[in-house]
Amino acid sequence: MPHLTPDPLVLHQLLAEVAAPRCGGLCAFLGTVRDGPGDGGVTGIEYSAYEAMAEAELDRILAEASRQWREARIAVRHRLGLVPAEEASVAVVVATPHRADAFAACRYVIDEIKRRVPIWKKELRADGTATWVDPSGHPSMVGPR
Amino acid sequence: METAIGATATVRVRFFARYAELAGRAEGTVTLGLPATVADVVARARAEWPGAAALPAAPLAAVNRRHARLDLAVADGDEVALLPPLAGG
Repeated sequence: MPHLTPDPLVLHQLLAEVAAPRCGGLCAFLGTVRDGPGDGGVTGIEYSAYEAMAEAELDRILAEASRQWREARIAVRHRLGLVPAEEASVAVVVATPHRADAFAACRYVIDEIKRRVPIWKKELRADGTATWVDPSGHPSMVGPR
Repeated sequence: METAIGATATVRVRFFARYAELAGRAEGTVTLGLPATVADVVARARAEWPGAAALPAAPLAAVNRRHARLDLAVADGDEVALLPPLAGG
């Protein structure tokens, strides 16, 4: 199953993918499109990716997590295209026999996604401007969209 | 590994997100004399296409869909991608 999708993320479908009788701990992380006090009226984010590499990198992250937490069952989805404010752009769902491993594996996967997967976001604002997001702290205006 | 004198590599260069906007293109090809590194591909790309001059001299890069250091050697047929700061999640 591809990890990248243009479609809204459906949490219960992901939970069903990883659920297993032996797994008593399920941990789900959702990242949503934020419009915080300092974010300037974000109405949505346009996500794009180097899709072939992003899929490969996500596969590598899941393989690493599976080596570290051998009983973990993990599902990941990341949306591409326009995601309106407050909707989820990324989901990581992990099932393990006990909760500690579910939390740890889920944290590992989302942190590695942030660090390694070639995905970019352009924040769209209510005033018609758009900005490429640079998590290293230097947003660059790209003007009216 | 010995490289034949006069050998060249033709490399597919891909641009994404803000870099594609700056370069005014999503991809192109460059041909370099060997040996050559990712840094050589970046330098050639920045010289080849006007808008690409605005790209950083040392961007994040990938070769054949894996993160790569700028001193990695490239070979004929490689796909070199120049990646703006990653912002997934």
